[in-house]
This record gives sequence, structure tokens and C-alpha cells, in this order.
Amino acid sequence: MIKPTLHSGEFTYPEGTYFQAGYLTQKNAGWRTARPVLDTNACVGCLQCYLHCPDGTILETDDKKVTFDLDFCKGCGICAKVCPKNAIAMTPERGLSQ
Amino acid sequence: MNTRELSKNEYFFGHKACAGCGGSLAVRIALKVLGDRAVAVLPAGCMSAVGFNFPQLAFANNAIISTFAGTASMMTGILAGLNARGEKDFTVVSFAGDGGTADIGIQALSGAIDRNDDILYICYDNEAYMNTGIQKSSLTPYGARTTTTPPGTVSRGNEFRKKDMLEIVRAQGIPYAATASIGYLQDYMNKVEKASKIHGTKYIHVLAPCPTGWGYATDDTVDIAKAAVDCGVWPLREFENGVYSETPARGGDKAEYLRRQTRFSHLTDEEVGAITGGSL
Repeated sequence: MIKPTLHSGEFTYPEGTYFQAGYLTQKNAGWRTARPVLDTNACVGCLQCYLHCPDGTILETDDKKVTFDLDFCKGCGICAKVCPKNAIAMTPERGLSQ
Repeated sequence: MNTRELSKNEYFFGHKACAGCGGSLAVRIALKVLGDRAVAVLPAGCMSAVGFNFPQLAFANNAIISTFAGTASMMTGILAGLNARGEKDFTVVSFAGDGGTADIGIQALSGAIDRNDDILYICYDNEAYMNTGIQKSSLTPYGARTTTTPPGTVSRGNEFRKKDMLEIVRAQGIPYAATASIGYLQDYMNKVEKASKIHGTKYIHVLAPCPTGWGYATDDTVDIAKAAVDCGVWPLREFENGVYSETPARGGDKAEYLRRQTRFSHLTDEEVGAITGGSL
């Protein structure tokens, strides 16, 4: 699967104004004030949330449900709104474990 | 191509766009349709600002920032370069904002259409210069509040009408041009896929609502993009080899569409009535 990936540690500065594609050094999780929580019984695996996520942080699981990449989810809530089964609840981050 | 057939690869990921950004959804989906043989050109604008924060580079495919005015001319150059190297089966695609397309980059776009270069120009339209702080562009709708069209006792927000880019590119005899909305992603995916198979210059203008600039909750982006199409403010139109088609509006209240966004909150009911009634 092709996807930008996280790197850590030192890197060599390029000689020109170009660099390796898909090179990430930071997560976006700190932006979030609410996180999506899935009701797996209600989820029918239609993937509308996956399709509409502006950040590409929703992945299909082997059992035809979805899971969220909380390292990069910004908590916008679009997934909860487009879900035809209301299977996603946006839950405030406060009080949740990281 | 439907959701399940769409590539699982993510070519635009880890970017720094605002939560609920419509423009980043338009870029992400288009690149998933086009695949890793797409070479993306991005002028100054939100998508280049959020995609290239060295060393955080959020594009997994080849992508480059162009001059603000030179999106289409850089596409021409990349096309010529790849052709000279004998490359096959690639797509030169751009993601330029409304300002980068209708104001600053329109001359280079016009030149590319004139030469009928084999490129796919995608304009993601968030209806103002959002990246620099919500300044009016020529695609900002009438009455909208921006930082350069602040409403007050004299000004009532933007006093100019939204430019019809589709008519402009059509007048040049472009082989394919269409409008789309991120509220109807299947239609957008179909148009990107169709355009990628047509030889010559292709232009897709996708409405990409911006929670920051339009003033609505971040989870409303897709819903507002749908409402714009449904109520007829943003019809889904297509020009293919000179033949025009349009998806009929599904019905919806234009006034309600305007009232959902704080950029129109200063408008009186009479002003909203005049706008939706077509007299302004």
C-alpha cells in the first residue's frame, strides 16, 4: 500500500528544492477535541466514512467494518455525519486515554 | 469506479489542512482515482501550503509547487518533459484554488487550452483566498463576507458576482469541462476518471466548502457541498466535445443554504430574498 509514512530521527538535507515524497515527521492527533467511536454492531461496512474523510484516516478492517487512524484523525466529525446508520459517535477527548 | 474499486492507496495523507477541509478531500479522492502515475502541480494556495511543510511532505506521488500564475504552463512543461523521456500512461494533474485559477492563473490556463495540451486541470473552489486569510477572489459569491469585503453600513459584503469559469473554458473549445462537488463524490470520481481518458485539455471545477472561511461546523462540509448542488446554487454541469449536459437540481432552499454560513449572516431577509430570487 502506497501512503505517506512517519519517519523519525535525522535526515539528510537535499541539495536542491526537492525531497522524498510521502515523508512525514509529525502526527496530527493533537488537533483533535473529539474522536470518532464506532458502534461495530451498527456498522454495515458501506465505507461512506472512509470515502468522505478529508484526511484518509479511516481504514477497512478484515471483518468489513472500519477503524480510525487516531494518529492523523483531526476530529472533524464528517464521518459521523455521513454515516447512514449513525454508527459513529464523536466523543470528547477530555477524559479519554490517549 | 465506485468506492470499493477505488485504490486503497493514500496519496494525500498527513497534510496540515484544517479539520473538515473540503479542498483536501477533493485532492485525496482525485489522486486515488488517478493512481501513482499522476504528477500533481500545485500553485500557491491552501493545498500547497498544507501539503509541503518540509520535511513533512504529504503527497505520496510526484508533486511540485508552481508559481502562482504558472500552474498550467508548468503542467505543459512536465508533459513535454515526460513525453521527451518516452514515459507512457501518466496524468499531469493540477490542484489550483479559485484565486489561482480564475484570477492569477487564468492566462496560463487559457494558453494551455489554446495549445490543447494533454493535461487535467482541477480547480478546487472554496470561494476565496482561504490560505492567506479569506480575501475575496473572482469566484467569491455575491454578498459574502471576506476580510477584503467586510460588511458594514456601506458595504454589504462582496458586491461582485461569481465568475462562470466553465463558460470561459468552454468558449475556447476545450474537449472536456465539468463542475463537481465534494458533496457528490461518485459524480466527481466519474468525471475525474472520464477526464483522465480524454486526450487534450480537461478542466474540472469542484466546489470544496471551507469551514474556516464560510463559517460552519467542521462536520458540515459534505452536507453543505450537497446542499449547494441540491438547491441549484452549484449545478453539476458537463461539456463533452461541445455537448452540454446538466444534472437537474433536486430541490432545496437557497435561502437556507445561505443562512447556514456565517459569511452571509449580515444579509437581511430582503437581501437574501433578492439573491435567491435572482434580482441581485
